[in-house]
This record gives sequence, structure tokens and C-alpha cells, in this order.
Amino acid sequence: MKFAVLVFPGSNCDIDCYKAVEDTIGQPVDFVWHTATDLSAYDCILVPGGFSYGDYLRCGAIAQFTSVMGEVRKAAEAGKYVLGICNGFQVLTEAGLLPGALLRNSNLKFRCHPALLEVVNNETPFTNQYAKGEIVDIPIAHGEGNYYCDEKTLAELEANNQVVFRYKAGTNPNGSVNDIAGICNENGNVVGMMPHPERAVDQLLGSEDGKRMFTSILNAWRGKHGAAVNG
Amino acid sequence: MAQQLTAKEPTAEQIADQKIYTQFGVTDYEYELICGFLGRKPNYTEIGVFSVMWSEHCSYKNSKPVLRKFPVTGPRVLMGPGEGAGIVDIGDNQAVVFKIESHNHPSAVEPYQGAATGVGGIIRDIFSMGARPVALLNSLRFGKLENARVKYLFEHVVSGIAGYGNCIGIPTVAGEVMFDESYEGNPLVNAMCVGLIDHDKIQRGVAKGVGNPVFYAGPATGRDGIHGATFASVELSEESEEKRTAVQVGDPFMEKLVMEACLELINSGIVLGIQDMGAAGLTCSSAEMAAKAGNGLELYLDEVPQREEGMTPYEMMLSESQERMLFVVEPKHEAQAKEIFERWGIICAKVGKVTDDGRLRLFHKGEQVGDMPVKALVDECPIYNKPSREPAYYAENAAIDTSAYPEVTDLNDALRKVLASPTVASKEWVYNQYDYMVRTSTAVQPGSDAAVVAIRGTRKGLAMTTDCNGRYVYLDPEMGGRIAVAEAARNIVCSGAEPLAITDNLNFGNPEKPEVFWQIEKSVDGMAEACRVLDTPVIGGNVSLYNENAKGAIYPTPVVGMVGLVHDTDHITTQGFKAAGDIIILIGETKAELGGSELQYAVHGKTEGRPPALDLDLEKRVLDGVFGAIQKGLVASAHDLSEGGIAVALAESCISGGVGATVNITSGLRPDIALFSESQSRILLSVKPEKAADLKQWLANQGVTHTEIGTVGGRNLNVTVNGGNGIQSPVEQLEQVWKDAIPCLMK
Repeated sequence: MKFAVLVFPGSNCDIDCYKAVEDTIGQPVDFVWHTATDLSAYDCILVPGGFSYGDYLRCGAIAQFTSVMGEVRKAAEAGKYVLGICNGFQVLTEAGLLPGALLRNSNLKFRCHPALLEVVNNETPFTNQYAKGEIVDIPIAHGEGNYYCDEKTLAELEANNQVVFRYKAGTNPNGSVNDIAGICNENGNVVGMMPHPERAVDQLLGSEDGKRMFTSILNAWRGKHGAAVNG
Repeated sequence: MAQQLTAKEPTAEQIADQKIYTQFGVTDYEYELICGFLGRKPNYTEIGVFSVMWSEHCSYKNSKPVLRKFPVTGPRVLMGPGEGAGIVDIGDNQAVVFKIESHNHPSAVEPYQGAATGVGGIIRDIFSMGARPVALLNSLRFGKLENARVKYLFEHVVSGIAGYGNCIGIPTVAGEVMFDESYEGNPLVNAMCVGLIDHDKIQRGVAKGVGNPVFYAGPATGRDGIHGATFASVELSEESEEKRTAVQVGDPFMEKLVMEACLELINSGIVLGIQDMGAAGLTCSSAEMAAKAGNGLELYLDEVPQREEGMTPYEMMLSESQERMLFVVEPKHEAQAKEIFERWGIICAKVGKVTDDGRLRLFHKGEQVGDMPVKALVDECPIYNKPSREPAYYAENAAIDTSAYPEVTDLNDALRKVLASPTVASKEWVYNQYDYMVRTSTAVQPGSDAAVVAIRGTRKGLAMTTDCNGRYVYLDPEMGGRIAVAEAARNIVCSGAEPLAITDNLNFGNPEKPEVFWQIEKSVDGMAEACRVLDTPVIGGNVSLYNENAKGAIYPTPVVGMVGLVHDTDHITTQGFKAAGDIIILIGETKAELGGSELQYAVHGKTEGRPPALDLDLEKRVLDGVFGAIQKGLVASAHDLSEGGIAVALAESCISGGVGATVNITSGLRPDIALFSESQSRILLSVKPEKAADLKQWLANQGVTHTEIGTVGGRNLNVTVNGGNGIQSPVEQLEQVWKDAIPCLMK
């Protein structure tokens, strides 16, 4: 199985995503620049955190116009796995691959700390190794992670089981509607989340609860391509 | 001010006759010297260039004689002071690069940008050495947090640091913040950066090879930050607000791209010399690079990328626009260098040439507009041995007996007051705004004694801390200087690392006041001695003088940034108690030492007397003993005793560990003194019961004084002194007081 980690000017969690893939599932992974025009070689695309284009204009707003994002759209349509983390989530909403938007945190400050999340949907390719309702420890680090969408969209998200992670009840750090920390598209192959699973893959760094996101992806891919495939 | 600058420039004659140079901080004597070096009167551009190069910020003209006292060498030191940052060998062909720098005056008038560009500047110092920056730290001082202006400064300095560090993607892992009236109006903002490098990648800022092209990389030059270095070298005043134009504006996104491009350029192996344009911008970088190579340099100012129209040579040479670099390659590598910057979307322009005549020559619109000897700019600034005088307060303090204070009998209340004092209170409000985890190597997060960053691909780690208690230094500069170094070393050791070296940031008042100069001399004496005994040479640093407010000089605050080596991540130790039943051991002896203490400040409302004494040989023995015990796996938790003494250390170890403790202290001292004295060379350890005997044996063999004082367990902190009066409180309550203090004040 082959992973792409996108690199926009200003991406800064690209290296962390790369290391997490190497360390958790040992699959081949490449950095792919924003200028790339072909993602056909990749099975999973990670859109990393950071400050793409300096967050100028609006977080994620400029990145959506890059050539690589056109390819990400194609990959998403083809059913490949796309995971946007933090700024990557913002990019995916700006690109229209996921509904809603990320606003400034309700306390107007950047917040970085461990966060407890409830696994709401464990049927996505990214969460199949978690139990439904399980509480996991995956840190956040963002200034604009306040998930917002209109009521109709919110009702649809909830009805379609598209809420993947919620902040544990009573711990919402940013004012997100319905405590939403991560969502998926209708098909479930595109997930965006504000918390950083790539920062929770080693007990030395405080938590390894994010590891199973990566093993879930590999598991899902192997399931789809038959257990015989040796990725 | 910008308009004045673009007005017609005065002639060399007018500069001389009207003594215009004095506006730039150049004295009559210095002006005469400059005329001597040039053999004529300097024009406006030249006097501007000389004035910034001869400012305290660039020349250290007032501090050099004392800086010479620092030990700067050691078997592991690969590069000492003089380059962008110092470098220390950590084995396996790797080295650690670090430096601290101040941005005090800019932050006083424009806190967000002042602090942000402080961070940006120190990061450039690190990557211009060829190193990958891996961590940021800071050391901050503000007035009393009840004051509205102080709140404003604190809020925006923190968000400026966060804004820059978070965006560029380097974790801010540690720091310290202290509050005292002394810093009102003149906050201290010191930023430190730590990087990692392979030995063969180390760069120097040298303009090597006569005839080689000199390149400028980074955003275009604007009119911001003109005379920033001069501004940093005078006292702040009512007019300082008008000097907001001397404050630079930062763009961390740009710096991220410049950093990646520069590291790629350096890794390509074609760079002969590289330096960032920090203080005094193009002037300082070009002059220093030429001086270090013993060469000259020609700059073609029309080629300098410009953000604004009609910029004069004076403006271009003195601008401190941010995120700019200067480098030299051989002509055959020009295209390769340009291609790298182009790919990162960074302007890269050939702006000069290395020459052999030892002169800095400036050309603009076909004319030579400046011609100065490089050596005069860089090395010939007069060095002043300032008069020094012991201030009256020092003798007066000798007579004060702090042990004669009325006894504080409600020790629970005293502990709550000290825990709620913003200097001691939890800094979560601060560090939760910093991305301290990006790059996924932060093994010990902010809030423990020192942060630890793991080194990928090895079992090693880097421990880092900043420390200085300005009250101690004020009360006794020599002792306070010693303590600053020793406390940093103690923090490093408590985290399981071996202290390697320090970088220092000497923040003082106006050195022209003999009493201030005495503080500088004495504290450097104390620091230098501590560095020698503790084997931590000074590999670089920064001097920030003229930190004064209406009431006078700030407390002398020589901040120590120390880095240590964790030999094996298994040695990483934190301050929180680990498990019920663990035995608590106090290393060191407690004396009646309340001078400069947090109890004295928060409860008695005073800062007077003598600070705690520190015996360096004893300190060394304690550090070696505890480090050895940690390496042997005998220690469960370790916490340095500092502000608030053993009472606060116990509370913090309980809060961090989420567990209580029962302690009895046997002491000949009054309970309030026994619990809140800030005697030095003390460390609080906890140990698994089955290892307690081994630990005690080890400490005894090492000649380290230690006392078993209690056990970990329960949900309360229960402390008695001689079985009597003490502290009884649920840990949860203490935690609330400690954690809520700063958020409450900032609401």
C-alpha cells in the first residue's frame, strides 16, 4: 500500500505524518508537492497540518487551488482514502470535499493540549480498529478548529453517521457544533479531523492512541484488495 | 519618521556641524575615530552604517570587558561565541546548536510583532549555521499582572511567540515567566532556539573567495526596522512609542520557506558562507562576513530587492526587514542556488562580490555611495571600561535579618498565596497557546523542570531550560549569577540529562550608571565561576542593556539557557510523583534563607536582605549524585527546589502526579521558614520502596546529604514540621489555586 503526504508551502506536520506511516505500519510513503499533477500511484493521501500559504486569506483557502488538489478530488471520487488532519481538514472543507467550515476557536486563542475523543463512527477505513464509543487520547493544536455547518448539513451528518470523532462530552475545546472533532464524506473514504493522530503514535510522546488510525487504513485496504496482497 | 528619512539627506558637512551623528547614538569621540578611519567626514549612509555597527547591540562595546570572563571552551565545544550560534558535540557525528536573544524594547512598544520577530530572528541564527531547528524556548518578565498595560503586554507577547513558532512549525517546549514591578514598562522577551546538525554540515558566516558572488535571499527590503539595533541600545522613553517604525514586522510563513530553501541549499554542499540579516540587516551581515574572511565586499544596491520605491542606500543598509539571508557561492554554482530558491518561491538576487581590499563599498545608481574599512566597522569600535560602584542598597541589605520576620502561622494560607502568585502559578495559560508537540519529538512537555526533545533514530534526547531569578541577582549579583547557572543545571539533571553548555542573555539597565555596571560585573563573575565548576561553558549569547523604566533599572536579569544530553530516553525523569507508596527523599540542607523568596514577596510584600547562598562544589556533588542515581534507574521523580521552597515543590510534584503525599520535616527552623526557605542545591526525589535503600546508599557514597521525609499516596498533601504545624490540603484544591491564578487575572 502506498501513501502520499502532500506538501504545500507552509505545511509543517508533513514530516510527522511521514514518520507516523513509517513507524506504525511501515508502508512506502512519499512527500508529494503541491505542484504534482498525478496521484495515481497512491492508495492513501494524507493532507497534513500546518499553515499552508501562511493561512493567509483563510485557513486552507489558497491550497484548494493547487494542481495537486485537483488530483485529490479525482482520488476521492475514485474511492481512494483521503485523510485531512488539522490544516488538512481545513483544506478539504475549502475544497468542498467535506461539508462545513472551521472557524476561530471560541476563546480566540490557539490551543495545544491532549484531548479526549469519542469514536462515534468506527466503520470508516480510518477507524475500523477502534470500538464504537471508545474514548481515545489524541492531541489538538489549532487556532481555527471550531467546526461549523448549517443546521440542515448538521442533521445530515448525524443521520448519515458522518461524525467520526467528537470531543468527549464537557471537553469541547473550540466551540465546534455538536462537539465535532472529525467527519467523513458520505462514502466514508474522505475523513477530516482537527486532532493529530500522527502525534499519538508513541508512548514516549504521551499517547499511542492514534496508531490504530494508521493500522485501520492498512486493514481496510487489505480487506478491499484481498488478504493475499502483500502491501 | 519614515517621511523624515526620505527627506533630503544632510551632507557630510551638515552631519559634522550639526552633530547629527549624536541622534544615532554616536559620541563626539566616536565620530572623530570614524573620520580618522575614513580619512574624511562620513556621508549620511556611512554614519548610519557605523552607528549601527558600533551600537551596543552589534559591538558589545560596553560589555566586552566583562564577557571576556566567561569560559567559552571545552572538549565538546565545536563553536563558541562569535558566530550565529554556538555548537556542542553530542556524539555520533551529531551536534546541538543553540542561542538565546532578546527583543525587549520592540516588545515594549509593539508586543506582538516585537516578540514574534524575536522568535524569527533566533530561528534564523540557528538554521544559518546549517542546523535544523528542533525546539524553541523563551524567558519572559513582566510587571505586576494586576496592571492593565502589563496584561496587554503579556497577552500579546505570548500570542506573538505562538503566532511565529506555531506557523513555522518548531515546537515551543519550555520557558519561564516571572512577574515583578521592576519590569513594568520594560518587559523582557528572550527567545531561544535549539537545532540539530551533523558535524560536516556546520556553516560559517564568511565571505570566502575573492571574486565570488554574494547573494541575497528572502523577501524584498522595506523601510521597516530602520535603526532597530540603535533603538535596542537606548533607554525607552515617552517618545519610544514614536519609534514603532523601528519595530520589524514578521512573516513566519515566509521564514518557513526561506528556512527550507536554505537548509536545502546547505545540504547541497555548495555554500561557502551564509549569515542571516538580523540586527542592522544588510550592514551587519555583509560587514561581518567580510571581516571573518579577512576580505572586502562590494554591494550593488540597485540589485537589492526593494518593497518600496525610491529607497535610499541609507534605508537599504539599515532596514531590518525580516526573513532575509546573505550567502556566498562560487560562480559555477549560481544557477543551482537560484533554482533552489525559485522552487520555494523565494527571491534570490546577486547583490555583491567578494573583494580583496578589505573595504565595504556601496554602489547605487552608478555611483559609489559608501566606502568603509570592514575592520573598522567590525573590530575597531572603542571598548569602554565603564566605572563601577557598589550601590547603597547592597550594604543596607546586609543588615536585614529575614528570619526575624513575624512568623506566618497559617501555612495553608501561605501556600495558597504563593501558589497563586503568577510567578509560581501554572503557566498552562501560556504554553497551551504554543504548539509544543509539532515535529513529534517532545518527550517531556512544558511544565516539568526541563523539556526533553527526543533525537529520532537514536536513544538520545536533548533537555533544555531557561532560568534566572532577577530578585536574587538584584540582592546579590554574584550569588544570583551563580544561582541562575546552578538552577538551570539542576533542572537539566532533574530531567535525566547531563548539562552540556549555556547561552546567556544579559538583561540589565543603563551601563552608564556605575551601580548598574557593578551589577553586570558581579553577576558575570558569579555566572562564569558557576560555568567553570559545573563544566558548562558559554557558547554564545546576547546582551540587552538600557532596560529601564521611570523608576530606574530593571532587576538585573542574566537569563541562562542551558541544554543537556539525555544519554538514553529511559533516563528521562519528570517532577510528578509516580505511585502510592514511593518514598520521598530531600537532597540538601534547608537554612533560614528567605531573602528574595516568593514567600517574602507574596506574603510579606518585600524583596530585601541577602538571597540564598550557593556553594558550587556542593552543587556539583549534588548534581553528579542525582544524575548518577537517575542513570542507575533508582529515581522515580525528581524536582528542583526553587521559588516557594519545599512547600511548592511538594505541591507541584503532587499536582503533576495527580497523587497526594504525607511528609514530616524535622528541622530546627520555624515551620514557615522550613517550608518556604529557598536554600539552594536541594532536590526532591521519589523512589520505589524496594529501591530506597540502594538510592540512599548511592547518595551516601557520593557524599550527598539526604533525608527521607515521607511517602507518596492518598489525595491530600499533609506536611508537618517536627510533627506539628504544617500544610493539610486536598491536592485538587491546591491544583485549582495554582491553575486558576493566571487565567483569572487575564479574564
